Amino acid sequence: MTGVLPITLEEARKIVQALLLSGKEYVCLMKLHGEATEEQVKRVLKEFENTIYQRPPLRASVKRRLRTRKIYYIDFLEMEGRNMLFRVGCEAGTYIRKLCFDIGEVLGCGAHMQELRRTRAGPFVENGDIVTLHDVTYWFMEWQQQKDDKILRKFIQPMEKALALVPKIYVRDSAVDAICHGANLTAPGVLSLETGISTGSMVAVFTLKGEAVALAKAVASTEEILNMEHGVVAETERVLMPRGTYPKCWKSGET
Amino acid sequence: MPRTVAPWEIERKLLVKAEDKTNPRYGHKPEERPAEDYIKYGVINLDKPAGPTSHEVAAWVKRILKLQRVGHGGTLEA
Repeated sequence: MTGVLPITLEEARKIVQALLLSGKEYVCLMKLHGEATEEQVKRVLKEFENTIYQRPPLRASVKRRLRTRKIYYIDFLEMEGRNMLFRVGCEAGTYIRKLCFDIGEVLGCGAHMQELRRTRAGPFVENGDIVTLHDVTYWFMEWQQQKDDKILRKFIQPMEKALALVPKIYVRDSAVDAICHGANLTAPGVLSLETGISTGSMVAVFTLKGEAVALAKAVASTEEILNMEHGVVAETERVLMPRGTYPKCWKSGET
Repeated sequence: MPRTVAPWEIERKLLVKAEDKTNPRYGHKPEERPAEDYIKYGVINLDKPAGPTSHEVAAWVKRILKLQRVGHGGTLEA
Protein backbone atom coordinates (compact mmCIF):
# COMPACT_ATOMS: atom_id res chain seq x y z
CA MET A 1 0.00 0.00 0.00
CA THR A 2 1.45 3.36 -0.97
CA GLY A 3 0.80 7.09 -0.79
CA VAL A 4 0.64 10.00 1.62
CA LEU A 5 2.38 9.23 4.93
CA PRO A 6 3.24 12.46 6.79
CA ILE A 7 6.46 12.04 8.79
CA THR A 8 6.85 14.39 11.77
CA LEU A 9 10.41 15.31 12.75
CA GLU A 10 11.62 15.82 16.34
CA GLU A 11 9.47 18.51 18.01
CA ALA A 12 6.85 18.35 15.26
CA ARG A 13 5.77 14.94 16.60
CA LYS A 14 3.58 16.96 18.99
CA ILE A 15 1.13 17.62 16.16
CA VAL A 16 0.76 13.92 15.29
CA GLN A 17 -2.44 13.86 17.34
CA ALA A 18 -4.00 16.41 14.96
CA LEU A 19 -2.96 14.33 11.93
CA LEU A 20 -4.18 11.04 13.36
CA LEU A 21 -7.65 12.51 13.87
CA SER A 22 -7.85 14.06 10.41
CA GLY A 23 -9.73 12.57 7.47
CA LYS A 24 -8.12 10.53 4.71
CA GLU A 25 -8.69 9.96 1.02
CA TYR A 26 -7.79 6.80 -0.89
CA VAL A 27 -7.89 5.40 -4.40
CA CYS A 28 -8.66 1.71 -4.12
CA LEU A 29 -8.52 -1.20 -6.53
CA MET A 30 -11.12 -3.76 -5.57
CA LYS A 31 -11.41 -7.28 -6.98
CA LEU A 32 -14.93 -8.71 -7.35
CA HIS A 33 -15.39 -12.44 -6.85
CA GLY A 34 -18.20 -12.68 -9.41
CA GLU A 35 -19.94 -10.78 -12.18
CA ALA A 36 -21.58 -7.41 -11.56
CA THR A 37 -22.59 -4.59 -13.87
CA GLU A 38 -21.27 -1.04 -13.65
CA GLU A 39 -24.77 0.16 -12.67
CA GLN A 40 -25.01 -2.33 -9.79
CA VAL A 41 -21.56 -1.35 -8.51
CA LYS A 42 -22.31 2.39 -8.69
CA ARG A 43 -25.60 1.94 -6.86
CA VAL A 44 -24.02 -0.12 -4.09
CA LEU A 45 -21.14 2.37 -3.65
CA LYS A 46 -23.64 5.20 -3.04
CA GLU A 47 -25.21 3.13 -0.24
CA PHE A 48 -21.91 3.42 1.62
CA GLU A 49 -21.81 7.22 1.43
CA ASN A 50 -22.50 8.78 4.88
CA THR A 51 -22.29 6.90 8.17
CA ILE A 52 -21.24 3.25 8.09
CA TYR A 53 -20.79 0.64 10.81
CA GLN A 54 -17.47 -1.20 11.04
CA ARG A 55 -16.03 -3.77 13.39
CA PRO A 56 -12.22 -3.44 13.40
CA PRO A 57 -10.50 -6.46 11.76
CA LEU A 58 -8.95 -9.32 13.79
CA ARG A 59 -5.52 -7.79 13.49
CA ALA A 60 -6.25 -4.29 14.70
CA SER A 61 -4.64 -2.02 17.25
CA VAL A 62 -7.98 -0.95 18.74
CA LYS A 63 -10.76 -2.68 20.69
CA ARG A 64 -12.88 -4.79 18.36
CA ARG A 65 -16.28 -3.32 18.95
CA LEU A 66 -18.74 -2.09 16.36
CA ARG A 67 -18.19 1.58 15.68
CA THR A 68 -19.39 4.16 13.19
CA ARG A 69 -17.27 5.96 10.64
CA LYS A 70 -18.19 8.73 8.22
CA ILE A 71 -17.67 8.25 4.50
CA TYR A 72 -17.59 11.79 3.10
CA TYR A 73 -17.72 10.60 -0.49
CA ILE A 74 -17.18 7.44 -2.48
CA ASP A 75 -16.85 7.81 -6.23
CA PHE A 76 -16.71 5.15 -8.91
CA LEU A 77 -13.69 5.69 -11.20
CA GLU A 78 -13.54 2.76 -13.61
CA MET A 79 -14.17 -0.92 -14.07
CA GLU A 80 -12.63 -3.62 -16.22
CA GLY A 81 -13.93 -7.14 -15.84
CA ARG A 82 -13.80 -7.92 -12.12
CA ASN A 83 -11.41 -5.09 -11.31
CA MET A 84 -13.03 -1.94 -9.99
CA LEU A 85 -11.39 1.35 -9.06
CA PHE A 86 -12.96 3.88 -6.70
CA ARG A 87 -11.99 6.98 -4.71
CA VAL A 88 -13.12 7.38 -1.11
CA GLY A 89 -12.89 10.28 1.34
CA CYS A 90 -13.40 9.07 4.90
CA GLU A 91 -13.01 9.74 8.59
CA ALA A 92 -9.80 8.70 10.38
CA GLY A 93 -9.89 5.05 11.43
CA THR A 94 -11.96 3.73 8.53
CA TYR A 95 -10.74 0.29 7.42
CA ILE A 96 -10.76 0.23 3.62
CA ARG A 97 -10.08 -3.53 3.48
CA LYS A 98 -13.24 -4.00 5.54
CA LEU A 99 -15.14 -1.52 3.37
CA CYS A 100 -14.26 -3.56 0.24
CA PHE A 101 -15.39 -6.78 1.91
CA ASP A 102 -18.70 -5.17 2.89
CA ILE A 103 -19.26 -3.73 -0.60
CA GLY A 104 -18.74 -7.27 -1.92
CA GLU A 105 -21.33 -8.63 0.52
CA VAL A 106 -23.96 -6.07 -0.53
CA LEU A 107 -23.19 -6.77 -4.20
CA GLY A 108 -23.71 -10.44 -3.44
CA CYS A 109 -20.66 -11.69 -5.32
CA GLY A 110 -18.05 -10.93 -2.66
CA ALA A 111 -14.96 -8.77 -3.12
CA HIS A 112 -11.59 -7.95 -1.62
CA MET A 113 -9.15 -5.05 -1.58
CA GLN A 114 -6.39 -5.55 -4.15
CA GLU A 115 -4.39 -2.31 -4.05
CA LEU A 116 -4.63 0.87 -2.03
CA ARG A 117 -3.08 4.28 -2.43
CA ARG A 118 -3.65 7.06 0.09
CA THR A 119 -4.14 10.33 -1.76
CA ARG A 120 -4.72 12.54 1.29
CA ALA A 121 -4.02 12.63 5.04
CA GLY A 122 -5.58 15.80 6.48
CA PRO A 123 -4.02 18.74 4.62
CA PHE A 124 -1.35 16.61 2.89
CA VAL A 125 -2.18 15.54 -0.65
CA GLU A 126 -0.33 13.44 -3.20
CA ASN A 127 0.09 16.14 -5.81
CA GLY A 128 2.21 19.08 -4.77
CA ASP A 129 4.91 18.68 -2.17
CA ILE A 130 4.94 14.87 -1.81
CA VAL A 131 8.45 13.33 -1.90
CA THR A 132 9.86 9.80 -2.07
CA LEU A 133 12.51 8.29 0.23
CA HIS A 134 14.95 8.76 -2.66
CA ASP A 135 14.12 12.48 -2.83
CA VAL A 136 14.68 12.79 0.93
CA THR A 137 18.09 11.08 0.71
CA TYR A 138 19.15 13.14 -2.33
CA TRP A 139 17.99 16.57 -1.11
CA PHE A 140 19.42 16.03 2.36
CA MET A 141 22.86 15.24 0.87
CA GLU A 142 22.60 18.26 -1.42
CA TRP A 143 21.74 20.48 1.55
CA GLN A 144 24.67 19.15 3.59
CA GLN A 145 27.05 19.93 0.74
CA GLN A 146 25.67 23.27 -0.42
CA LYS A 147 24.26 24.56 2.90
CA ASP A 148 21.54 26.34 0.94
CA ASP A 149 18.37 26.36 3.05
CA LYS A 150 16.19 26.62 -0.05
CA ILE A 151 16.99 22.91 -0.53
CA LEU A 152 15.48 22.03 2.85
CA ARG A 153 12.20 23.62 1.83
CA LYS A 154 12.06 21.28 -1.18
CA PHE A 155 11.32 18.28 1.02
CA ILE A 156 10.42 19.52 4.51
CA GLN A 157 7.33 21.59 5.36
CA PRO A 158 6.93 23.62 8.56
CA MET A 159 4.71 21.78 11.09
CA GLU A 160 2.19 24.61 10.68
CA LYS A 161 1.31 23.05 7.31
CA ALA A 162 -0.04 20.02 9.18
CA LEU A 163 -2.49 22.30 11.03
CA ALA A 164 -3.96 23.85 7.89
CA LEU A 165 -7.40 22.30 8.46
CA VAL A 166 -7.58 23.07 12.20
CA PRO A 167 -9.42 26.36 12.93
CA LYS A 168 -6.98 29.00 14.16
CA ILE A 169 -6.95 31.74 16.77
CA TYR A 170 -4.29 34.44 16.29
CA VAL A 171 -2.98 36.00 19.48
CA ARG A 172 -0.95 39.02 20.64
CA ASP A 173 2.82 38.67 21.14
CA SER A 174 2.17 39.45 24.81
CA ALA A 175 -0.07 36.39 25.21
CA VAL A 176 2.38 33.88 23.68
CA ASP A 177 4.81 33.07 26.49
CA ALA A 178 2.11 32.46 29.11
CA ILE A 179 0.56 29.88 26.75
CA CYS A 180 4.01 28.30 26.26
CA HIS A 181 4.07 27.85 30.03
CA GLY A 182 0.71 26.07 29.90
CA ALA A 183 -1.69 28.93 30.64
CA ASN A 184 -5.08 28.98 28.94
CA LEU A 185 -5.84 31.57 26.27
CA THR A 186 -8.02 34.41 27.54
CA ALA A 187 -10.15 36.85 25.54
CA PRO A 188 -7.87 39.94 25.69
CA GLY A 189 -5.09 38.01 23.96
CA VAL A 190 -7.21 37.18 20.90
CA LEU A 191 -6.62 39.26 17.75
CA SER A 192 -8.48 37.28 15.12
CA LEU A 193 -10.04 33.87 14.67
CA GLU A 194 -11.50 31.60 12.05
CA THR A 195 -15.16 30.71 11.57
CA GLY A 196 -16.45 27.28 12.54
CA ILE A 197 -15.04 27.03 16.07
CA SER A 198 -17.48 25.38 18.46
CA THR A 199 -17.31 24.59 22.17
CA GLY A 200 -15.04 21.58 22.70
CA SER A 201 -13.47 21.62 19.24
CA MET A 202 -9.71 21.54 18.69
CA VAL A 203 -8.16 24.89 17.75
CA ALA A 204 -4.62 25.93 16.91
CA VAL A 205 -3.23 29.01 18.63
CA PHE A 206 -1.02 30.99 16.21
CA THR A 207 1.13 34.12 16.37
CA LEU A 208 0.76 36.96 13.86
CA LYS A 209 3.91 35.60 12.18
CA GLY A 210 2.03 32.39 11.49
CA GLU A 211 3.87 30.25 14.05
CA ALA A 212 1.98 27.54 15.91
CA VAL A 213 2.01 28.16 19.68
CA ALA A 214 -0.23 25.37 20.96
CA LEU A 215 -3.14 23.06 20.31
CA ALA A 216 -6.10 23.92 22.52
CA LYS A 217 -9.72 23.01 23.21
CA ALA A 218 -12.15 25.86 22.56
CA VAL A 219 -14.53 26.61 25.43
CA ALA A 220 -16.69 28.94 23.33
CA SER A 221 -17.75 29.32 19.68
CA THR A 222 -16.27 31.74 17.13
CA GLU A 223 -19.20 34.13 17.59
CA GLU A 224 -19.01 33.99 21.39
CA ILE A 225 -15.23 34.54 21.45
CA LEU A 226 -15.61 37.59 19.18
CA ASN A 227 -17.81 39.25 21.81
CA MET A 228 -15.94 38.15 24.93
CA GLU A 229 -13.98 40.77 26.86
CA HIS A 230 -12.50 38.54 29.55
CA GLY A 231 -12.32 34.92 30.57
CA VAL A 232 -10.82 31.76 29.09
CA VAL A 233 -11.59 31.14 25.41
CA ALA A 234 -9.45 28.01 24.88
CA GLU A 235 -7.81 25.50 27.22
CA THR A 236 -4.21 24.73 26.27
CA GLU A 237 -3.69 21.01 25.61
CA ARG A 238 -0.39 20.66 23.78
CA VAL A 239 2.29 23.37 23.75
CA LEU A 240 4.24 23.44 20.47
CA MET A 241 6.51 26.46 20.87
CA PRO A 242 9.48 26.48 23.28
CA ARG A 243 9.24 28.76 26.32
CA GLY A 244 11.08 32.03 26.01
CA THR A 245 10.60 32.42 22.25
CA TYR A 246 8.52 35.51 23.02
CA PRO A 247 9.13 37.79 26.02
CA LYS A 248 7.46 37.06 29.31
CA CYS A 249 4.64 39.59 29.71
CA TRP A 250 2.63 37.99 32.45
CA LYS A 251 2.59 38.82 36.17
CA SER A 252 4.34 42.05 35.20
CA GLY A 253 1.22 43.08 33.28
CA GLU A 254 0.73 44.05 29.64
CA THR A 255 3.58 45.54 27.61
CA MET B 1 -29.72 12.16 3.00
CA PRO B 2 -27.11 14.85 2.22
CA ARG B 3 -23.52 13.69 2.57
CA THR B 4 -21.20 14.94 5.31
CA VAL B 5 -18.79 17.64 4.20
CA ALA B 6 -15.16 16.48 4.34
CA PRO B 7 -12.87 18.55 6.63
CA TRP B 8 -10.89 19.73 3.58
CA GLU B 9 -14.07 21.03 1.92
CA ILE B 10 -14.86 23.44 4.76
CA GLU B 11 -14.09 27.07 3.90
CA ARG B 12 -13.12 29.24 6.84
CA LYS B 13 -13.12 33.03 7.07
CA LEU B 14 -10.87 35.06 9.34
CA LEU B 15 -12.71 37.45 11.66
CA VAL B 16 -10.80 40.29 13.32
CA LYS B 17 -11.41 41.05 17.00
CA ALA B 18 -8.57 43.53 17.68
CA GLU B 19 -5.61 45.03 15.82
CA ASP B 20 -1.98 44.69 16.88
CA LYS B 21 1.50 44.27 15.39
CA THR B 22 4.07 41.56 16.01
CA ASN B 23 7.61 42.46 17.09
CA PRO B 24 10.14 41.20 14.48
CA ARG B 25 12.70 40.64 17.27
CA TYR B 26 10.89 37.55 18.53
CA GLY B 27 10.20 34.28 16.71
CA HIS B 28 10.31 33.64 12.97
CA LYS B 29 7.84 33.10 10.18
CA PRO B 30 7.74 29.28 9.88
CA GLU B 31 9.40 29.29 6.45
CA GLU B 32 12.19 31.58 7.71
CA ARG B 33 13.26 29.51 10.72
CA PRO B 34 17.03 28.84 10.96
CA ALA B 35 17.86 25.48 9.31
CA GLU B 36 18.24 23.53 12.55
CA ASP B 37 14.85 24.69 13.86
CA TYR B 38 13.27 24.31 10.43
CA ILE B 39 14.12 20.59 10.54
CA LYS B 40 13.17 20.20 14.22
CA TYR B 41 9.72 21.69 13.58
CA GLY B 42 9.27 20.06 10.19
CA VAL B 43 7.00 17.53 8.52
CA ILE B 44 7.74 15.51 5.39
CA ASN B 45 4.86 14.67 3.07
CA LEU B 46 6.27 11.26 2.20
CA ASP B 47 5.10 8.94 -0.57
CA LYS B 48 5.23 5.60 1.21
CA PRO B 49 6.63 2.80 -0.95
CA ALA B 50 4.90 -0.59 -1.04
CA GLY B 51 6.46 -3.29 1.12
CA PRO B 52 7.84 -1.82 4.34
CA THR B 53 5.51 -0.89 7.21
CA SER B 54 4.78 2.76 8.06
CA HIS B 55 6.91 2.29 11.15
CA GLU B 56 9.89 1.02 9.14
CA VAL B 57 9.60 3.90 6.69
CA ALA B 58 9.59 6.41 9.57
CA ALA B 59 12.69 4.71 11.01
CA TRP B 60 14.46 5.05 7.64
CA VAL B 61 13.73 8.78 7.51
CA LYS B 62 15.08 9.08 11.04
CA ARG B 63 18.32 7.40 9.96
CA ILE B 64 18.70 9.32 6.69
CA LEU B 65 18.28 12.68 8.46
CA LYS B 66 20.26 11.55 11.55
CA LEU B 67 17.46 12.55 13.94
CA GLN B 68 16.52 11.41 17.44
CA ARG B 69 12.78 11.14 17.03
CA VAL B 70 10.31 10.92 14.20
CA GLY B 71 6.65 9.98 14.10
CA HIS B 72 4.08 9.35 11.40
CA GLY B 73 0.53 10.51 10.92
CA GLY B 74 -1.63 7.43 10.50
CA THR B 75 -0.52 3.89 9.73
CA LEU B 76 -0.79 2.84 6.10
CA GLU B 77 -0.49 -0.94 5.95
CA ALA B 78 2.57 -2.49 4.26
